[in-house]
Amino acid sequence: MRVSLFIPCLVDQVYPEIGLSMARVLERLGFELHYDPRQTCCGQPAFNAGHVSEARSVAENFVEVFREARVIVGPSGSCTAMVRHFYGRLFARHPLAAAAGDLSRRVYEFSEFLKQYVPADRIRGAFSAKMGFHNSCHSYRELGITDEHVAFLQHIRGLEWIPLPGEPVCCGFGGLFSFKFAPIAETMAKTRLDMFLEAGCDTLLSNDPGCIMHLRQEVQARGLPLRILHLAELLDRAME
Amino acid sequence: MQEPRAFLQRAAAKTRDEEHRLKILKAIDTYTRVVEQRKHTQFRDWRQARQLAARIKDDVLARLPELLQQFEERITARGARVFWAETAAEARQYILDLVARRQARVVVKSKSMTTEEIGLNEALQHAGVDVWESDLGELIVQVAGEKPYHIVTPAMHKNREDVARLFHEKLGAPLTQDVEQLTMIAREHLRHAYVSAEIGITGANFILAEEGAIVMTENEGNGRLTMACPPVHVVLVGLEKVLPSMRELALFLPLLATSGTGQQITCYNSIVRGPRQPGEPDGPEEMHIILLDNGRTELLAQPEFQHVLRCIRCGACLNACPVYRTIGGHTYNTPYQGPIGSVITPHLRGFRQWYHLPFASSLCGACSDVCPVNIDLHHLLLWNRHRAVEREHTAAPGWRLAMKLWAWGMRRRKRIALLRPWLRLGTKLLLPLLPGAQRRRVPSMAEHSFARLWRDHERQKSHF
Ligand code: SF4
Repeated sequence: MRVSLFIPCLVDQVYPEIGLSMARVLERLGFELHYDPRQTCCGQPAFNAGHVSEARSVAENFVEVFREARVIVGPSGSCTAMVRHFYGRLFARHPLAAAAGDLSRRVYEFSEFLKQYVPADRIRGAFSAKMGFHNSCHSYRELGITDEHVAFLQHIRGLEWIPLPGEPVCCGFGGLFSFKFAPIAETMAKTRLDMFLEAGCDTLLSNDPGCIMHLRQEVQARGLPLRILHLAELLDRAME
Repeated sequence: MQEPRAFLQRAAAKTRDEEHRLKILKAIDTYTRVVEQRKHTQFRDWRQARQLAARIKDDVLARLPELLQQFEERITARGARVFWAETAAEARQYILDLVARRQARVVVKSKSMTTEEIGLNEALQHAGVDVWESDLGELIVQVAGEKPYHIVTPAMHKNREDVARLFHEKLGAPLTQDVEQLTMIAREHLRHAYVSAEIGITGANFILAEEGAIVMTENEGNGRLTMACPPVHVVLVGLEKVLPSMRELALFLPLLATSGTGQQITCYNSIVRGPRQPGEPDGPEEMHIILLDNGRTELLAQPEFQHVLRCIRCGACLNACPVYRTIGGHTYNTPYQGPIGSVITPHLRGFRQWYHLPFASSLCGACSDVCPVNIDLHHLLLWNRHRAVEREHTAAPGWRLAMKLWAWGMRRRKRIALLRPWLRLGTKLLLPLLPGAQRRRVPSMAEHSFARLWRDHERQKSHF
């Protein structure tokens, strides 16, 4: 199966290793990859900041680039949610409306894609960690991704899965929110990280580069004993 | 200072208050545990219950004028007076006129956020009237000289020790941490208010069209005293609070009790159909119901926003909100705080001054998850942002320019590639100029973009 890589702007510019990890994992699982370097960003940062026309002008490029793609996979819950759920609104009464609407059925977040297309026992490897899962809010609420989606991690030796009580709680990223309202966002990160530390985790796993960036910044600022990993990074290392 | 800037300053101050953070986390943790359990003991299917509630409210909103007229007819037939207030000022004036006519010196109130919305306490005090808050939580914030912290639990930010100290200092009561004794102190303090007040002012949780009645739920019995003891009873209520009939209460009372406090049912539920009737021994001589619009019909006229009028003011979205938990209720500086407040305040009080509220959210959606009438609050926050920027032009010129540049660059790979080294250099140079918290939030760009690394990756593969 041919898979088109959807590399969000944050991965492209800040965390390219997350994108490479995802690509390596998919290659190991036997998928044929395609990456179109004309892609830049899905438009979400501007859309969530209220600047709809700017968001649209960037999203137009996205739609053109992925028009012909059959299956699109990206390592971010919130970017996937943007394309799947918000392009309809963004492209209402727009010449690209049909093409944009069509994309929503072909775009997958990485863990969704694995759950749907890869038998769980094909994902094997070893990785030692006491790990908690930080499901991003958009992945949980807009895409309906739950702990079940990463159940395949059970087949990875050495991984101690630590369940966190209650619903997933926001880490405080929220795009430009975390810059404009930095003191609030930082304190939210602190509250969220405390939950993982109290539960006894040494590793926090997430499926959203935004959360990962925000949490890594906080871990670094406070020197916390917690490793923050993207699902793709974890699988890449575990399956080596 | 401009409200948006002041908001940010208050928020930053609160985030430094570790005691506040832990206190609120603890209070809400207890709430969440009780409520989550209650949802399952109270309803066979919580999701279905909230869907049904949403449907009923949508139906109400579709025939709002008809239901309100029915309510007016039925309750005036039993001697109450109904006043339709288009604005907060009209509602205030109506009450001030009443105060003048009855020569009232003392007014007793039970908890009502709608009176906060119209700034009633200030107006009454300005007119020289003694205002007594009779709800324990409201009394606590009144004695402390503060505003309500939360629409359901106005003194959530004060624990037992805080209240003991407050009563000791402000009311001269003996220092005690016994909850019962603290309640007794409050009761003692309020006793004379009920007998000396000329007017009792309450809100209403629902109004019933078919029966022509107001419904009030409470836990302390103070609301009943407030509407029954003084000779005049005034009800101030938002016009969206109407339900078709008493039958709907079978769903809405438990729904509100569950989401509000995790109770099976609140302790006192009063249904009142008018003032004292001939032959009845007690009850007020006059009853006035003020139906408040104050921007609500404008919300109703917007298809995208109208369903926010389903809100039953249960406070669940505040408790679920990680931003509310971090900055606390007072930071919002609005009668309605948290997600629901950030959705409606710009509409009720103007985007100019209040546009920042919908932006002060991570859009996590926890609010929409818990709302008992299924309002998609976090999407409405986002639509508010769109309106603020695109229609109200609230974005600062600097941001507008930045977004335009960003969009220009992001439209083509070539442009980002071209801008990239300059951006890296620029952030390095500008970073030291930013305040600490913002500085820590700026990412450092990787040495090479994915696009570039992918080329290497592909080249390596082709070598094998
Ligand atoms: S918006 Fe929903 S959750 Fe928030 S107060 Fe209203 S009814 Fe309750």
